Amino acid sequence: MKLTDEQQAMLDGKYGEGAAYAMKIQVGIGECFDAERMVPIKRAHVALSNQAGDLWFAEKLVAAGAKCRVAPTVNPGWCLDYFKKGWPDLTDADIEHMHRTDNAYRTLGAVLSYNCTPYVATNVPNFGEVCAFSESSAPPYVNSVWGARTNRESANSALCAGVTGFVPEYGLLLDENRKGDIVVHVEADMKSAYEYHCLGMMGDKIGEGLPVFVGLPKVITPEALRNFGAQLNTSGAYGMYHIVGFTPEAPDLETALGGKKPKHEVVITDKDLKDFAEKFSDENDGKIDFAMFGCPHFTLEEAMYIANHIEGKKLAVPMFILVSSHAAQMAERMGVTKVLNDAGAEIIPDSCPDQPVWHFLIGKTGVTESPKCAYYPRRRGLKFVLRDLDGCIEAALTGEVK
Amino acid sequence: MGKRFACHKISEGCATAEVIKTNERIMFYQVRPEDGMMDEKDHEIRGKIIAKKVLIFPGGKGSSVVQQDGLYHLDRFGNMPSALIVKDPDPVLVAGAIIMEIPMVDRIDQEFYDTVKDGDMVTVNADEGYVEIQ
Repeated sequence: MKLTDEQQAMLDGKYGEGAAYAMKIQVGIGECFDAERMVPIKRAHVALSNQAGDLWFAEKLVAAGAKCRVAPTVNPGWCLDYFKKGWPDLTDADIEHMHRTDNAYRTLGAVLSYNCTPYVATNVPNFGEVCAFSESSAPPYVNSVWGARTNRESANSALCAGVTGFVPEYGLLLDENRKGDIVVHVEADMKSAYEYHCLGMMGDKIGEGLPVFVGLPKVITPEALRNFGAQLNTSGAYGMYHIVGFTPEAPDLETALGGKKPKHEVVITDKDLKDFAEKFSDENDGKIDFAMFGCPHFTLEEAMYIANHIEGKKLAVPMFILVSSHAAQMAERMGVTKVLNDAGAEIIPDSCPDQPVWHFLIGKTGVTESPKCAYYPRRRGLKFVLRDLDGCIEAALTGEVK
Repeated sequence: MGKRFACHKISEGCATAEVIKTNERIMFYQVRPEDGMMDEKDHEIRGKIIAKKVLIFPGGKGSSVVQQDGLYHLDRFGNMPSALIVKDPDPVLVAGAIIMEIPMVDRIDQEFYDTVKDGDMVTVNADEGYVEIQ
């Protein structure tokens, strides 16, 4: 790989030990994928996980004096201010760990956004812009919906990109790797954002490659696109897709495929989505203990939708709605938070279902509309039944799923 | 001298150890830190130890934190693999190996894969670009 004088100087330590370390890691990644050069970025997102390995790496960069040249937004851990207010079962070790994560990323100069949907509002790239996004829901959204360019960065490699301000040029940054090679005919009825969760979980059926979707509705909401990308990257490691007549690099099928024939075509029907949901859901006797939304983070609009449906009623089980701090503040300002709280729902900023603050839900069964919400916390002992959002709200009101 | 094959360096270093092979993708999150045993339900090498071995596998899987965090926990107990030989590297796996300083290589002739078997002693020399079956 050819480095510019500035990049070489960084690698040689002239910008400090931390920048040299970050650059060394990125050069290694670039050489692995035969990148010819490094290109500048103005935008990054780090999927910090508030886990031991991630913290070890962030603190290692801090100790080496690293500072971000491009301030990255960051994923949620859990909200110290919120959970410390008398939350059950929170240990001193958990609190200390979150404080250390907070301090390390503050010292590195990250934007402490603690939100997993930066591509919706806080960190939105332009068409064609090269950037470095980690967090499974992000690369599909950034590449496909915005037409910007990012590889599927790891949390660590995205942080390195923030420190150096460069990324190695390979993979989805190059035109030739952005063409579809699988055609997916969607015959299922895509009536809400929930169906996009299920469609995204069809990775096994779609197969490895870059899928081009045809047959989707003319209008697709940001929430649906968020769900779609999150699950596509969970089920099949897809960093990009096309929707013909909708995403910017797919005005028609021929362009989306780069004029080539697809390697295969698949059809997805209502039955496929229903079979998936039935198989994936931890079905029990119908009783649920709580409802959880916001994996990835719910938008203000979704919080308002729930508020409208439960206003003046009392929930039978607790409901947790995880959102960005921006959405939480808007909800507070608009009175949405009060409506939710009066009904028994919590709206919580900066937090993730896969964090050690949900000990009191271990062994219990929740209802959610997100397969990803069900998937990761399972290893912590939380169980989930899957329904669409209306089904989940209804279940929270009665304490039972239909 | 054993049989030597050219390879492509991903993560620097050199190590010699016993081989363990699998045809299934690996998520280091699913390996038990205390003894380096593959703990993933239904995995082809479930119950086998990958600690201090040369692990030959097709590639990684899982979200953007699972490899480095998994390797970090193995390292706390001194149970990381000694070296990694991979067919289909991805950025999450590559960053994990480089950061945790495990030698990793790819692009080796099919003959190597046809010859090498569990228990063979293999040297992975990423720096000089070869693997050698002792």
